[in-house]
Amino acid sequence: MDSFILQILNGLDKGSAYALIALGLTLIFGTLGVVNFAHGALFMIGAFCAVTMQRILGLSRTVVDETQTDFLGNPLQMQVPYVQDWFGPVAGAAIQDWAVPLAIFLTIPVMLLVGWGMERGLIKHFYKRPHADQILVTFGLAIVIGEIIKAFYGANPIQTPMPSAFVGTVDLGRYLGLGEGAVAYPTWRLVYFFFSAAIIAAVFAFLQFTTFGMVVRAGMADRETVGMLGIDIDKRFTFMFGLAASVAGLAGMMYAPILSPHYNIGMDFLVLSFVVVVVGGMGSLPGAVLAGFLLGITQSFFSNPAFKGYFVELLRLEGTFAGTVITGLDQIIIYLVAIIILLTRPRGLLGRKGVMED
Amino acid sequence: MLGLNSRDFKLLMIVIFMTLAAPILLNPFPVDSALGESFNAGYPALMQRFVIFGLLAVGFNILFGLTGYLSFGHAAFLGVGSYAAVWMFKLLSYNIVPAMLASVIVAALFAVVIGYVCLRRSGIYFSILTLAFAQMSYALAYSVLSPITNGETGLQVYSDDPQVLMRAGDPIVPHLFGLEMNSSVTWNVGGWQFVFQNGYYLSAICMIIGFYISIRIFRSPFGLMLRAIKSNQTRMSYTGMNTKPYMLAAFVISGMYAGVAGGLMSAMDPLTGAERMFWTASGEIVVMAILGGVGTLIGPVLGAGIIKYLENIISKINSDILHNWFAFMPDWMDNLLVNILYPFVGKGWHLTLGVLFMVVVIFLPGGLVQGGQKLGALFSRKSKSSNSDATTAGTANTNTPAE
Repeated sequence: MDSFILQILNGLDKGSAYALIALGLTLIFGTLGVVNFAHGALFMIGAFCAVTMQRILGLSRTVVDETQTDFLGNPLQMQVPYVQDWFGPVAGAAIQDWAVPLAIFLTIPVMLLVGWGMERGLIKHFYKRPHADQILVTFGLAIVIGEIIKAFYGANPIQTPMPSAFVGTVDLGRYLGLGEGAVAYPTWRLVYFFFSAAIIAAVFAFLQFTTFGMVVRAGMADRETVGMLGIDIDKRFTFMFGLAASVAGLAGMMYAPILSPHYNIGMDFLVLSFVVVVVGGMGSLPGAVLAGFLLGITQSFFSNPAFKGYFVELLRLEGTFAGTVITGLDQIIIYLVAIIILLTRPRGLLGRKGVMED
Repeated sequence: MLGLNSRDFKLLMIVIFMTLAAPILLNPFPVDSALGESFNAGYPALMQRFVIFGLLAVGFNILFGLTGYLSFGHAAFLGVGSYAAVWMFKLLSYNIVPAMLASVIVAALFAVVIGYVCLRRSGIYFSILTLAFAQMSYALAYSVLSPITNGETGLQVYSDDPQVLMRAGDPIVPHLFGLEMNSSVTWNVGGWQFVFQNGYYLSAICMIIGFYISIRIFRSPFGLMLRAIKSNQTRMSYTGMNTKPYMLAAFVISGMYAGVAGGLMSAMDPLTGAERMFWTASGEIVVMAILGGVGTLIGPVLGAGIIKYLENIISKINSDILHNWFAFMPDWMDNLLVNILYPFVGKGWHLTLGVLFMVVVIFLPGGLVQGGQKLGALFSRKSKSSNSDATTAGTANTNTPAE
């Protein structure tokens, strides 16, 4: 039972990342009708915003301390970050420590800008072109963004530490009434889950309870009619693109401590996120979120050695070829699930009739 | 001739001439000159890539160009073909005939299964499904099926493999009834050096045959049917036509081309790895076809050649070479230009590729063939003499570009 709960929890952080990316993808599908293959790149830009923030906060000047000497006998040179100059040593160090969450102030404007620029500069010209062209041009854009990041930050993964307050694990077993130490869960992953849940809730609340959101929903249902009512729907859809980009960016930013950002990170997530969107039902926002969590949890279940071992034992396949295959199942389970779902429910879990049918 | 009209026959002859004479045509500069070092492309390893990827792109074009179904997982068939060929080397002998047959058959079976599933959906769903299948094959080859694929190490032939058909004295490299793939004839003329390699010519012949078959398919009633599906599948269904078998046939044919290409890759170099199936490899095939011109006969071959050629040259350029190029300029200008260009060359080749690809998709949806056609039209209108460009414009006109 404990390991069961732990597996569900393990799936949550990956599931939240899938859900956030898929949510952004679906927003773009739903509003603009564009298939955005560059969405993974937006996730990556978010992750690199965290890296950049860390570097900005780490900018420092060199101070020569005459009272101390280094191992060569020269006066000791110390790096004093500017942040510590301005806010004092204690507060400055704390700010540096919290670089990743603070990057939110960098990520949101950057992502809104990138999203706006992408929509106005490129995607706008592709509304009337076939879907294949949209896929291709955004695919090209994804390559370009990835390579630009590579040119600036290098090809190696960059370690991005989380705030020291979140290092370590939370003893969830105590809170869930399962006994001390039964379910130990990394704190940052828990933070990530709550963060994603908050963003998902915010996006839904924004669409559901604001006038702007209402107009956008109306536009998703029937763009032309909304336009005829004298509403500049294009402008709002452009903003929605920026919003979708921000959601992906925030997902990437908070994921940086879990998986060190590198220039290809977006592509790894993109393929899976597409699968998530398709499984959830294209154009359905709740479907995207649901499928994201479902697939994340499924994947985590199949990557648990104990679970797989039990499965292999049950079928008496130890040491056989089929046994090996089952042990490696976590690599392909998402695709298998996607294929099965698409064959049985072609519109996905929550897809509606007539939305992106071809 | 050969069941082709005169224009197609001329095109086929041009392709045959270009591929067979490639070792000479691609070596325009003497071997030791500076230009030769950076721009000569007539060495076997690169020419093999030209024709093998050309074959791959021709096959991809039968699917995407004719039916409009964008497969983002074509590299899976390439990988499956390579694995099948290497297994034949391991089990039977280094003779490439069983290896090629196995790669075609295995790729075809694989394509039937994948096609049957993926073709239930169209449009972006189809693209994403094929992408998912390719990624799944990659994961299978990379880790899950390690007993078959040898995981990350990659599959290769070991000395203790059975090789039941191997007799004493047989060459221990891939060969065609004794004709070794990697042996070559070198011809030195003055400062020039031309290398004619068996492996290249085998690949070239496969490519020519593949190209010929693709012309026949494009001009056949079957090809017409595929085009009809592209322009309006719903209407085709309303007229009582079952489009599924046609689509599946196109998908399988296209997969078989990729299988042959994979088999050839293994025949040139008898080892293979999972990275051949990675989705970037599929993306590269798409880029080649788009760059040259989807739906045209010659476009994909052109695209494959251009991309492989540019990849080869641009990856070789480093900052010293750039400084050499701009040495005649004032220093500040030289440094500025080098700084601007540097991210695009050497290791930054993918950036150039991405930019080039975007430019083509945005401005030339019909690819370079359409670009040439437009230029040709402009040129002939200006000079009022349509004779000069009649062949190129004429070919391009009959092969209507994709959109």
